Amino acid sequence: MMKAKKWNIVLALLLMGTFTVQAQITGKPNFGKIAIIDATIHTVTEGTIQNGVITLDGEKIEYVGTDRSKVGADYTVIDATGKHVFPGFMDSGTSLGLVEVNAVAVTVDNREVGNMNPNMLAFTAFNPHSAAIPVTRVSGVTHVITAPQGGLVSGQAALMDLWGYSPDSMAIDATAGMVLNWPSVQSRGWGPRNPEQAEKRYKEAVRNLDKWLDNARFYEQMMNEFEADPMDKTKPEKDQQLQAMRALVQGETPLIIAVSSEKDILNAIEWSSHEDNSSLNIVFAGVEEGWRVAEKIAEAGIPCLVSTLYTPVRSYDHIHRPYENPAALMKAGVKVAIMTGEVENVRNLPFNAGYAAAYGMGTEEAVKAVTINPAEIFGVSDRLGSLEIGKQANLFISSGDPFEPLSQIEQVFIKGYQIPMDSRHTQLFEEFLDRDATQE
Amino acid sequence: MKNTLTTLLILAVFSVGTIAQEKGSVLIQNATLMTITDGIIENGDVLIVDGVITAIGADLSAPSGVSVVDGTGKYVMPGIIDAHSHLNTVSTNEARNPVTAEVTMEESINPNSVSIYRALAGGVTSIHLMHGSANVIGGQGETLKLRYGVTQDDMRFADAKRTIKFALGENPTRVHGQGNGIQPRTRMGVEQIIRSHFDEALDYRMKREAYLTVKEAYEGDRRGRTAPPVPVAKNLRYDVLNDIIDGEILVHCHSYRADEILMLMRVFNDYGIKNYTFQHANEAFKVAPEIAKNGAYTSVFADWWAYKFEVYYSTAYNATILNENGVTNSINSDSNELIRHLNHEAAKTVRYGETSETDALKMITINPAKQLGIDDMVGSLEIGKQGDVAIWSGHPLSIYSKVEHTYVDGKKYFDLYMDPVDMRIAVDSEDSYTEAGFNTFIQGREEDSCMSDVFELIQQ
Repeated sequence: MMKAKKWNIVLALLLMGTFTVQAQITGKPNFGKIAIIDATIHTVTEGTIQNGVITLDGEKIEYVGTDRSKVGADYTVIDATGKHVFPGFMDSGTSLGLVEVNAVAVTVDNREVGNMNPNMLAFTAFNPHSAAIPVTRVSGVTHVITAPQGGLVSGQAALMDLWGYSPDSMAIDATAGMVLNWPSVQSRGWGPRNPEQAEKRYKEAVRNLDKWLDNARFYEQMMNEFEADPMDKTKPEKDQQLQAMRALVQGETPLIIAVSSEKDILNAIEWSSHEDNSSLNIVFAGVEEGWRVAEKIAEAGIPCLVSTLYTPVRSYDHIHRPYENPAALMKAGVKVAIMTGEVENVRNLPFNAGYAAAYGMGTEEAVKAVTINPAEIFGVSDRLGSLEIGKQANLFISSGDPFEPLSQIEQVFIKGYQIPMDSRHTQLFEEFLDRDATQE
Repeated sequence: MKNTLTTLLILAVFSVGTIAQEKGSVLIQNATLMTITDGIIENGDVLIVDGVITAIGADLSAPSGVSVVDGTGKYVMPGIIDAHSHLNTVSTNEARNPVTAEVTMEESINPNSVSIYRALAGGVTSIHLMHGSANVIGGQGETLKLRYGVTQDDMRFADAKRTIKFALGENPTRVHGQGNGIQPRTRMGVEQIIRSHFDEALDYRMKREAYLTVKEAYEGDRRGRTAPPVPVAKNLRYDVLNDIIDGEILVHCHSYRADEILMLMRVFNDYGIKNYTFQHANEAFKVAPEIAKNGAYTSVFADWWAYKFEVYYSTAYNATILNENGVTNSINSDSNELIRHLNHEAAKTVRYGETSETDALKMITINPAKQLGIDDMVGSLEIGKQGDVAIWSGHPLSIYSKVEHTYVDGKKYFDLYMDPVDMRIAVDSEDSYTEAGFNTFIQGREEDSCMSDVFELIQQ
């Protein structure tokens, strides 16, 4: 009996030890009244301020300018002489938090069974404790679109801050966009090998999509009528999928259409111009061949989420096409946001943008493509995307141009929290750089 | 019209390419020279004559007939060497046996792949074309020079050391144990596959040599007094394994976890094998002192992790930790995308752990050259070395810098300012089917490209 008790204590101690270790993956953040002084402040929307001052009060930016008298005695002051302050970068295409280890199926939560999944929410599967989140945020990427995939309609993407302990506290917008994988007319890969068959399959898929949208519009109208005046009416049966599409057909939730090749982009533009679809708020994602039809995308007024670090799509494409695609779209008048399409390496967003900058976009526009542009595309530019008074304090301090791998990202603030610059990667570095050292 | 012009241009460029291993001459003047082994020389000149660097200094003059390139404001560095690539393989994996040492990349080179040109545009001049990682002891590799437009034979790097691929961990246990129900299913099995095959190879050699001795005696015995020996058949697989034990073939071992890295070093110590490289080696940082002590090399990704379980506990600071612990490390691509900007992958070692810029550049030049046994010929700007160099528009570790010219053996294979759109040599009949991308915008990564085709093959 005594023996068993003793073991229980040992076990309890062991467990406590485990919990303590796990609870301390990162340290505690600073929060409250914080001032960053003597910095070069890249506001994005209101120019660049030399020797600037930026103050935070809680979650919000309180002041941006050059007036040092705004820094009260109760502020924690960060001297940023020679350093640069940027708005936190936003990656508008990831599956961060939905997938832990892609090759281990039980840790992959971004792909539900089925072809039509409008009611699947990335928000629900988002794991705030994913090891990849700290790895990402210390690179200056402070908020991301995390999206489901698969099927025709994959579900709804969420816009998440990368600091917090629950999806609820991290969600900027839990239903930021509905993901539609555009049915390809291309005959390729495992699909049909002749063009007629591919065309037929494409038309079937679009008919299916149109039918769903028709139903959703009907459902929306029916529910609106019932909700406006429920008296003397039978309550309509609730349909989870159609219910999830109400904000979409109202144009509140953007429809993110994943589309890549020239023909498919043209088809998607043609489809989006149908009168029935005029209420939809359409965004293209991927758009690797956007440069071939940039004028048409611009005419249609459809913003694009694109990356740069992929190999040229066709064997006869120019070597620099992937790098030049964002600039080609931008120059045609398309609103462009840069994304990675990554899970564990979302931290490479600044480098995707860097290639766009180097190949025709220029640094200033490329910065916009990871800050204010995606904020506008996802309807949150009143809160995020630039350094302006009253906006949410998502920002970082960098030693130089943040697109340069030789620069260091030194401090990151998310929703006003000055986050610990720790991640699994830095912790392993600290432990193993001089592995066999002993305490002094 | 444009297409015709392009075709003509391609013909013009590459009709000369069919001349075997053409060597060129060029004088690059007044550039910043990243010599790699001898510091940075400002306002320096490099003279390459008939494919060999003959002079490095200031105010060099060009011998008659040698073209001059103004390098003012530019950077010159040795061509990048990628120690892990499947850039232009015909096939990558012979996956049907845990040991396929007899297989080789020698005849599996596609000299027409446009990906060669794309790599040249990133300043790469040599690659280590590797067998995949489906087998514990896989096929032999081939070191290539990226002479785009020449024949299969002429792409080979003359006098490069022979190499072979080994693979530990998930890939071989998944393919053979999980996939086919044979050893190895575990990391225990992986070790025994290596030991038993080395032992069998040594036994074979003893028997084969004994047989050959007796056979010689028998054939020399004209009076027929000796009995004919029982033949011991030549075995290519065991011959290759013996060449490994004899140090004639450099092992490049796909590995991730620290324990399996230690295992292979124990095994190799037992068989006296030296000069080997751990490829990928995401957990090498955990055993950096042991790796350094054994004089083994590592060749790692700059930042890939978490795509499979055995790389979950890894860090982008791996390269820095290894370098600081005295391990000769290179940064490789294992990817036709990353190979286009290995300079940038190397730059990440500065971001992650503040490796010096010089050491970062070593990781894509002289260090991989050492790992491939070609460091006496390439990997730095030194008199007597081969004229594989690239001219960059700015500092090669800046994201804004572009490769302007890439030379292999002093011959220009890439020119940013004379760069036609369509650089294919051969038209692939599959092109019309693959022109589209993929209508999905999240590109999850499950594999390193070492496993290309394996599961399609196994399912058939």
